[in-house]
Amino acid sequence: MASRHVVAAADEIPPGGRKIVNVRGRQIGVFNLGGEFFALINVCPHQGAKLCEGAILSQLVSDGPGDYRLERQGEMIRCPWHCWEFDIRTGQSWCEPNDVKAKTYNVTVEPGGTLAKGPFKAETLAVAVERDYVIVEM
Amino acid sequence: MSASEAMARAASTVGAIDCDLHPAVPNAQALMPYMDEYWREHMLRRGLDSENYDLMAFPPAAPINVRPDWKPQTGLPGSSLAVLQAQALDPLGVSFAICNVLHGAQAVMSEDLSAALCRGVNNWVAGELLDRDPRLRASILVPQHSGELAAEEIERLAGDKRFVQVLMLAMAELPPGRRQMWPIYRAAEKHGLPIGLHAGSTFRHPLSAAGWGSTLLEDYVSYAQGMSAALNSLLVEGVFQKFPDLKVVLIESGVTWLPASMWRVNKTWRGVRSEVPWLNRLPADIIRERVRLTAQPLDAMDGEALGRVLDQLGSDDMLLFASDYPHWHYDGSDPVPPGIPPAMLKKMMVDNPRATYSRL
Repeated sequence: MASRHVVAAADEIPPGGRKIVNVRGRQIGVFNLGGEFFALINVCPHQGAKLCEGAILSQLVSDGPGDYRLERQGEMIRCPWHCWEFDIRTGQSWCEPNDVKAKTYNVTVEPGGTLAKGPFKAETLAVAVERDYVIVEM
Repeated sequence: MSASEAMARAASTVGAIDCDLHPAVPNAQALMPYMDEYWREHMLRRGLDSENYDLMAFPPAAPINVRPDWKPQTGLPGSSLAVLQAQALDPLGVSFAICNVLHGAQAVMSEDLSAALCRGVNNWVAGELLDRDPRLRASILVPQHSGELAAEEIERLAGDKRFVQVLMLAMAELPPGRRQMWPIYRAAEKHGLPIGLHAGSTFRHPLSAAGWGSTLLEDYVSYAQGMSAALNSLLVEGVFQKFPDLKVVLIESGVTWLPASMWRVNKTWRGVRSEVPWLNRLPADIIRERVRLTAQPLDAMDGEALGRVLDQLGSDDMLLFASDYPHWHYDGSDPVPPGIPPAMLKKMMVDNPRATYSRL
């Protein structure tokens, strides 16, 4: 059964921000996309680079040569090694959406008061009742 | 290949569609009756009627450009219809053959003279070949350094369904994907004409990206690199997206360089595709759908290696049978190269050409 890990206070990761955390010996990148939190493993499925430390970018869209548009700004992560791009929400590779995927983890945000009651693992954080916390399930 | 060998071999070429046959205009004088009045006098005034318009890329005296058994006693190889019928069409038993006349008309510097000469050659093809043998079809020569004039020539001839393709040389002033060339593709797509990109050059640049070579050997080997660069240009500039019904046929390209080239463009695209957001699918998948190749020469390796390389193409739809008459770039002496997997071989004789050339 998945265990739940408190990895950050919600206000530590502002919209557009990220935090690399350690959960059970694994590095996870936690991202805030406009108030929604997502988590990806910090390992590129291509050749193992630290995926979540790459540039956070938009999706480039075009209807044809000479047409250039940005969509879903700030929702793509580009691997620092070979520039493969992944959807932060789903882990899906832009180039090989059917075959290549970065592992994702469920993320929730819960008030400190709730956490104080239930079972959770706060390996590195002290939880204060008045703050909200980011929980990663693994 | 002896006549008897040709007959034995002919089993699979009977009824086939030869997608690359090279008739030759005997000389510039033969073109004169087919030129517009103005340009006929222009040719006479400048003495251009006594020039030869051989492409430097295909020096007719070079052994590589005519098979010994196809060498005529007089005149340019491919310049006699009767000889061409006797040496290629009849023994192979093809149902159709697509004439790709390689001619300096496409390479001369003046865009207007180039256009006039291309009109002359195309008229000559219709009058001297298409009118005289119902098996023959042809590619439209276009003044490819002028997208506008090239498109005009396509429009002029599009009503004649015996013209089934537009012919361009792979290496010219500009990489073929550049937007200045798009009027050609717009006209070709409109009329269901594939673009036949033939190995060769209009000699505006060195044939090798490393600079001018000293020998025909270097030039000839470099044509495969030029073809690869031309294909990448079409792909990356978005010609296949802009013209969704356009097909491209790589003629005399050598074929076996393509799998490695596809792998390389796929790999690089994954990392730098942000340059070309319209290229929104694996480049190799676009190539498999839209690009075809004449199968002579194949630059075949021996034994199972060829099967493996052709397997890497990833499609049985891509190869088109071609005699390449009268050239001698052969792998062996059989116009059907040995070692092609049976399923691919079967499709390349008729089905693939028919799917490629909708006007046949």
